[in-house]
Amino acid sequence: MGKSIIEKIWDRHIVSEEQDKPDLLYVDLHYIHEVTSPQAFEGIRMKGRSVRRPERTFATMDHNVPTVNRYFIQDEIAKKQLDALAANCQEFGIHLADLTSSEQGIVHVIGPELGLTQPGMTIVCGDSHTSTHGAFGSIAFGIGTSEVEHVLATQTIWQTKPKTLKLEVNGELGYGVTSKDVILYVISRFGVDFGTGHIIEYCGEVFRNMSMEERMTVCNMSIEGGARAGLVSPDDTTYSYMKGRKYAPESSEFDRCVEEWSQLASDVDAVYDREIVLDGSEIPPMVSWGTNPGMATGVDGFVPSITDGVMDSRELGRALEYMGLNEGMAITDIPVQHVFIGSCTNSRIEDLRKAAAVLSGQHVHPGVRAMVVPGSQSVKKQAEEEGLDVLFKAAGFEWRESGCSMCLSMNPDVVPAGEHCASTSNRNFEGRQGAGARTHLVSPAMAATAALYGRFVDIRKNERIAELVR
Amino acid sequence: MEPITIYTGRMAVMDRKNVDTDQIIPKQFLKRIERSGFGQYLFYNWRYDEQGNERPDFELNQPENKGTSILLAGENFGCGSSREHAPWSLLDFGFPIVIAPSFADIFKSNCMKNGMLPIALTEAEVDYLMTAAAGGKYELSVDLPNQKVSGQDGFETHFDIHPYWKKMLVNGWDEISITLQYDEKITEYENSKQRLSI
Ligand code: SF4
Repeated sequence: MGKSIIEKIWDRHIVSEEQDKPDLLYVDLHYIHEVTSPQAFEGIRMKGRSVRRPERTFATMDHNVPTVNRYFIQDEIAKKQLDALAANCQEFGIHLADLTSSEQGIVHVIGPELGLTQPGMTIVCGDSHTSTHGAFGSIAFGIGTSEVEHVLATQTIWQTKPKTLKLEVNGELGYGVTSKDVILYVISRFGVDFGTGHIIEYCGEVFRNMSMEERMTVCNMSIEGGARAGLVSPDDTTYSYMKGRKYAPESSEFDRCVEEWSQLASDVDAVYDREIVLDGSEIPPMVSWGTNPGMATGVDGFVPSITDGVMDSRELGRALEYMGLNEGMAITDIPVQHVFIGSCTNSRIEDLRKAAAVLSGQHVHPGVRAMVVPGSQSVKKQAEEEGLDVLFKAAGFEWRESGCSMCLSMNPDVVPAGEHCASTSNRNFEGRQGAGARTHLVSPAMAATAALYGRFVDIRKNERIAELVR
Repeated sequence: MEPITIYTGRMAVMDRKNVDTDQIIPKQFLKRIERSGFGQYLFYNWRYDEQGNERPDFELNQPENKGTSILLAGENFGCGSSREHAPWSLLDFGFPIVIAPSFADIFKSNCMKNGMLPIALTEAEVDYLMTAAAGGKYELSVDLPNQKVSGQDGFETHFDIHPYWKKMLVNGWDEISITLQYDEKITEYENSKQRLSI
């Protein structure tokens, strides 16, 4: 019987395996940021412990940072947290990409772009969207602060082996349909907990044909389907993305690594605990209408009605009340006052290019406030080299410094109560973008289009945009 | 950590599915660098209105739920963000035990690392307890060594827990001190050929 990539990576990382215990796994790479690490360092200090392998931890500042005037942090508590991270990294000898660094950015954007994230690794971070790094064929998952402390102290983690789920999407995506739509579709169809207890392997033509940026978007949202991790077996797309990146293996070494990485792909006769097969051509551009990522439908669809019986009526009622929407209304009738292009789901250079293409020569709707927050300093620099910033600004978008920003609004970037935001982020939970804020999850092209019209538009039916996305 | 063995308490009913950690502890309270004092912010946006007044219709604000110490909720409790501030705030508020038909993976493990016990029962059992708990008088006993939950009306059921976690919780052990005993094995692994070249 063959093995899946999940089992192959797992088995190679077992430090100890005993009856009635989870496996003790070695952690190759540990990312940290300012929000979920201070209490972990405090624990290490209080118990007089040390950091076992400081060179295997990489730190950045992202959640709290302002995206304008970033060196003047007005929020005292946020500043204290950033200072604590700097002091902790200094004390324990951990590399930090601080606000002055060209490496700074959202942890799940910079890891891959710096070549730190590599196939076959076990990667953890005190952040649920660590699943993003699975796009490179690694087992990457989010952990809590106690586990951050555990990894700092021991470079290992206790884990019970999850079940495996093969999610295969075949065929071709329709035009205007992106990786964001694929993952939103999957979650809306199977629910926000379909992946609980599993690691997902994304298989089939649709994922094979995706760029690394697109695969990252999919893997990023594995957690929104309840799976702690999701991955794609590495292939030539992976290797050509990685080659030449700052911390990737160097040339001769690189080829040897590729040989090793190529062995990781799942065997053809690998067996999974569960399998799901879908046809990619069924997937429309998606828009979320409710208060979790499973509450989403095609842009040509409607907000559900209580009488549809598809959902628990109380849950639906609560979501509609919070979102200020009526049962049965058309998605394209939902007004949009804010547009946010950013977050670890969709703030990479490709995402920005797609949004910019839609905006070229156009101007945002008068009732809309729109903002682009590049995922990292490096994305920002590249976009500026390509002139995307000029284009965004000409269209009426604000062009910001990198960080998490309005994805969770821990910094000053907030959507006011009662207003609707078309957002390229990953969570539409109540209050996520500000108390009372109403978030709609969409792809970058759909967000840019919503900015032009002040409502959602089916990009397949708009002649000019359809031409661009075809 | 406080060991958990046998625990008896009254239950607060929160009949909602997919309660995410953004609701359990909203992001504006994640900027603190301490581990303690999060209970006051538990379910903040549901508990209080914009003026900071208690919302009378929110479950935990209802008089019969005051002083309860077991939280009873719908499926997929604790989904979303990995923030450990969620279990910290529940524990600090006074809920060392949460019962639901299912939990999100990271939340569940975060609970146990803090000496809290998430118990998954069947949906029918949770429904039964929700009805029984209405009014706020029903007392539930949790017996971790025997993996049993029982009520004063004869309700009794078994729950599953990984033997590793049971041992950790019953003894109140600190995981890191246990792992540090594996130091040699970790070094051995670090030097072994089993590893990829990274
Ligand atoms: S961009 Fe959003 S989801 Fe991603 S790490 Fe930052 S806060 Fe979390």
